[in-house]
Amino acid sequence: MKNALGAVDTVLLLGGRSEIGLEIVKLLVGLGASRVVLAVRGEYTPPALGAEVHVLPFDALDVHGHGAVFTKAVELVGDLDVVISAFGVLGSQADYDADPAAAAADVAVNYGAHVSVGLHAARVLREQGHGTLVMLSSVAGARVRKANFVYGSAKAGLDGFAQGLDDALHGSGARVLIVRPGFVIGRMTEGLTPAPLSSTPRQVALATVRALREGASSVWVPRALGPVFGVLRLLPRALWRRMPR
Amino acid sequence: MTTFLTGWGRTAPTPATLARPGSVEHLSELVAAAEGGRGVVARGLGRSYGDAAQNAGGLVLDCTGLDTWTFDEAGGLVTASGGVSLHDLMTALVPRGWFVPVSPGTRHVTVGGAIAADVHGKNHHRDSSFGAHVRSLTLVTADGAARTLRPGDPLFLATVGGMGLTGVIAEATFACVPVETALMRVDVQRTVDLDETLATMAATDDRYRYTVAWIDLLARGSRMGRSVLTRGDHVARAEGKEPPDFTPGAWLRAPARVPGGLLNRLSVRAFNEVWYRKAPRRKTIVQGIAPFFHPLDFVEGWNRVYGSRGFVQYQFVVPFGAEDTLRDIVGSLSAHGTVSFLTVLKRFGPGSGGLLSFPMPGWTLALDIPAGQHGLSGLLRGFDRQVADVGGRVYLAKDSRLRADMMAAMYPELEQWRRIRDEADPAGLFRSDLARRLRL
Repeated sequence: MKNALGAVDTVLLLGGRSEIGLEIVKLLVGLGASRVVLAVRGEYTPPALGAEVHVLPFDALDVHGHGAVFTKAVELVGDLDVVISAFGVLGSQADYDADPAAAAADVAVNYGAHVSVGLHAARVLREQGHGTLVMLSSVAGARVRKANFVYGSAKAGLDGFAQGLDDALHGSGARVLIVRPGFVIGRMTEGLTPAPLSSTPRQVALATVRALREGASSVWVPRALGPVFGVLRLLPRALWRRMPR
Repeated sequence: MTTFLTGWGRTAPTPATLARPGSVEHLSELVAAAEGGRGVVARGLGRSYGDAAQNAGGLVLDCTGLDTWTFDEAGGLVTASGGVSLHDLMTALVPRGWFVPVSPGTRHVTVGGAIAADVHGKNHHRDSSFGAHVRSLTLVTADGAARTLRPGDPLFLATVGGMGLTGVIAEATFACVPVETALMRVDVQRTVDLDETLATMAATDDRYRYTVAWIDLLARGSRMGRSVLTRGDHVARAEGKEPPDFTPGAWLRAPARVPGGLLNRLSVRAFNEVWYRKAPRRKTIVQGIAPFFHPLDFVEGWNRVYGSRGFVQYQFVVPFGAEDTLRDIVGSLSAHGTVSFLTVLKRFGPGSGGLLSFPMPGWTLALDIPAGQHGLSGLLRGFDRQVADVGGRVYLAKDSRLRADMMAAMYPELEQWRRIRDEADPAGLFRSDLARRLRL
């Protein structure tokens, strides 16, 4: 249960290798979380987190197996205070142009799988009457750019789904927190030149944990990206399509 | 009906289905029909500060409809349904020359809640806690049966202080104390620092039935721990006087919406200064039962004064001999500048035997702190450890943030309590947010 000061006890991280996801888990453990479930694809040795850690096999594309992951997680740690849906893949637009099948497969991970996970999480959280689902969206979905429109369109879908889900959960005690980072310097973006207003996984995690404690429904990281995209969304298409990246 | 519920501290609301039994039979039916999924817990007047009487996604039984009681004047025994409030009992009994055996800081608690939290009052050093005065109680257990329990029964000991997790307290019989008037003779005394406070309380406690100290937690340096002691006894009747009159009410009502941050370091420091200065160095006064026992009851909904983020209560006890830990904690609070509006210190006597009952012989300190304060979580977690290390504990009826791992360290009889609870409730029907948070 989330306590009076906003600290949580149990966390389920889907995408147990996610740098941002693990940073969020570490911070939550530091603030009092004592039981963690990491849902991960393939063989995995979890890092020492200073809490009770369980590992469950999880394949984003095996949507028929998602329900069982939640059932097992609840068996292991009881009520889920925070569920973080953090898995994802980022391919280059050029590769997607050359291999449409790969593009569709990645969209299935970045969007479709989150829909499945989100709906399972919603069922569990609604039933227990409390808990927050953290969904990692991106500015890439705030306004889709030609430089990465496959990835961006999946994130746009995810963002819309998360907003709708949060509205659907209103009044149930369960909620959704949408995290919208800009360019995150990490494993996923290795070799790419950081964009303006970029952040580190730790900065994203800090903002997420603060938003969780405050009960916010969305957070931009850094905060300035909110107003920046408020303006960018209004740019005429003719200008927007000239964005260099 | 699904309703969001919180405790008196107004933090961490969760939704539950609310049902209001009108009789013990109705209560038994509701419990027997309840589904195991999210469980059931009883709720009274909602004065537990934290999450003891809320049950996310489950069923909460509002027991205030169980409000009948009788009084056996010859034995001084009240037999009351679980939902009867101490306010109703006092209003009827004081004019007849009787008072409840233990009164917490508010009259607005139910008999069921008083037993489930095993509440204490200013007379704990002499009279122990509420559970010590209960002669028998009727508990509706998970199977829907109403069982009569007496002191010494294992399930009785698990129920007194058991936070409603063994069943629903449908009725209880307890002993009242005779009083001749509705007045208190009160010795007020100001102390200059914590050492004088502790020494004076230790030396003079046994001369009074009721004692408590208010501490100015924001005073620093040589004035750290300066206090106002109030110690009193019931006033005996002078010849020929009328029977005692007792018709307390609320004089003020807190506004429905209060902006947060009203109680900050500045305002509380100013209040503390005035409160301390206005107290006489030493004086004996006569005052009514209500202002002596329940000063906050004069302001209806005073919990709203903390704003929308609510507040947390932190009350701990450390055994006698662990005064250094108490000094340490008061020192940290003072150095940290923690804003606690009403900080009270009290000496406890022997406990009631309840397995999860809070009071034990020692010093107890109670704080109430606005929930938004920076660094509060870490500060209190540090105190948890210090308190547990010397064999102390925190009070579950006030708690809203303790971690499960500290629970076993603080309550050594937890395992015994679990065995008795599991026998009475094998499927774990009785559950609350507090039970989940602390993995009881």
